[in-house]
Amino acid sequence: MSKEYPGNPLNSKDFKKALKTKYVPTAEYAWSAGHAINRFLTGLKEGRILGIKCRSCERILVPPRAFCEECFISVDEWVELKDTGTVNTFAISYLDTMANRIKKPLLPAVIEIDGAGGNGFLHMLGEVDPKKIKIGMKVKAVWKPAKDRKGDITDIKYFKPARGGV
Amino acid sequence: MEKVAIIGVGFTGARPDSPELSYKELMYEAAVKAYEDSNVDPRKEIGSFIGASEDFWDGVSIFDEYLPDQIGGALRPVCSICNEGLHALATGVMHIRAGIADIVAVEAHSKVSDVVNPEGIMHFALDPILDRTLDYNAHVMAGLEMNRYLHEACVTKEECAEVVVKNRANALLNPYAPYGAKLCIDDVLDSTPTYEPLSELDTSNLVDGACVIVLASEKVARNKRAPVWINGVGWCNDTPNVGLRDWGYPRYVRLAAEQAYADAGITNPYDEIDIAEVDDSYSYKELQHLEALRLVDTGEAAGFLCEGAFDINGELPVNASGGSLGMGNLLDTNGLVKTFEAVEQLRGMAGQRQVKEAESALVQSWRGVPTTSGAVMILGNEPSGGD
Repeated sequence: MSKEYPGNPLNSKDFKKALKTKYVPTAEYAWSAGHAINRFLTGLKEGRILGIKCRSCERILVPPRAFCEECFISVDEWVELKDTGTVNTFAISYLDTMANRIKKPLLPAVIEIDGAGGNGFLHMLGEVDPKKIKIGMKVKAVWKPAKDRKGDITDIKYFKPARGGV
Repeated sequence: MEKVAIIGVGFTGARPDSPELSYKELMYEAAVKAYEDSNVDPRKEIGSFIGASEDFWDGVSIFDEYLPDQIGGALRPVCSICNEGLHALATGVMHIRAGIADIVAVEAHSKVSDVVNPEGIMHFALDPILDRTLDYNAHVMAGLEMNRYLHEACVTKEECAEVVVKNRANALLNPYAPYGAKLCIDDVLDSTPTYEPLSELDTSNLVDGACVIVLASEKVARNKRAPVWINGVGWCNDTPNVGLRDWGYPRYVRLAAEQAYADAGITNPYDEIDIAEVDDSYSYKELQHLEALRLVDTGEAAGFLCEGAFDINGELPVNASGGSLGMGNLLDTNGLVKTFEAVEQLRGMAGQRQVKEAESALVQSWRGVPTTSGAVMILGNEPSGGD
């Protein structure tokens, strides 16, 4: 190659001659959950899924929020919802957070909580063969034991297919 | 050119912590107040929503994703400006002047109490290869700048302390400002040295708060109660290179001001401006900025200050709100909070700190260390400026 083309090819040692400065930022946060999410998380700790109803559009917002983004009014009518729902959409993730390949895929899914008119949240599926997951599938929350719950979205371990199936 | 007015303002007030509210709830509160003040339905009438935000302060990358809902902007034209609030206001002015929107909402917020280590975020703003590697706290940049300013402009630490005394006293008259205090010069001079010549009381404290400003075209604004006209805007950045910037004189503020003055048709700022809300996130900054804004000649700000010219009942009241020293430092929200104060003053609604016969105002912001990024806005009770 060097006979055909003039010049010297680069090798990996040459690249190391280009200096780089490494730095790991110190960026730590402790977000205030706020009125609405605070109550939602407290509900999860108690094994309950709470939503909030807008008096104007009558939508049930879950996770709840202090205001309705459609009507732009404050909302405060709390409702307790069932811990069952429907798979709105799902994906089968063969890569982890940092995109490392994993053997057992993760099963992220958006769950429409029953009674919330199609609203719900992102969670994960479990106790299910990935090949058998379907959009529209009925699911039920699998909770952590009460003593392990700490007011966190992961107080629900995952959603599993509900008895009675699709 | 289309005239632009502020038709409504909303501010949560500033406070060192707000653990009961999420940043979204804080923003919602400011937005509700602003839309009520402007009598605007955000879901039907606002044509553009603009937020000023910085991902590292918010702790979320690509923060504009989280902007729409709490300001009424879901499924509406929304954009965020990774810059100071006045830059976002300038963008709003452009949207109206360009005919893109008749009504624009501009938002900025600080939820800095959610940031565990603000010093780490400020350090992250230093040049990664040269300056950051030397491992100084970012406030050192202000110490370096203050020293050069004192040297060049023949200003003393006592005179800088006067700024602190004035602004913290003004804050006592402002229910939105948490740092009101009756101090004397020695309180400031004797406070703990931090980045000499800076001491603890020379530096504003980081606080939470959100502010929303509603802008409108002349056609809309003429039918609104007490519109305040944006007669000029300007903004400028100097080089970030610490070896090349001018440490004693903020050239970028001077150039931003010239742009704003030309826009507003102002030739003699001291005579044509009634009140000024300028950046005072460090005490010396107020003096340095007043000079760069040509409100006084270089080296003369301290003299005017000590004669009382910048007091609420003085010739040119400066930071009647209490400034950042009295209000706290709301990061990229400072410019909107200063605009809020200017609007309150021009509308004659500033209560105990009301300046008599205020008809025109100047607002200036700086993005904080280590930046050389500034913006200037000219407001008035009557529209002015060239075509």
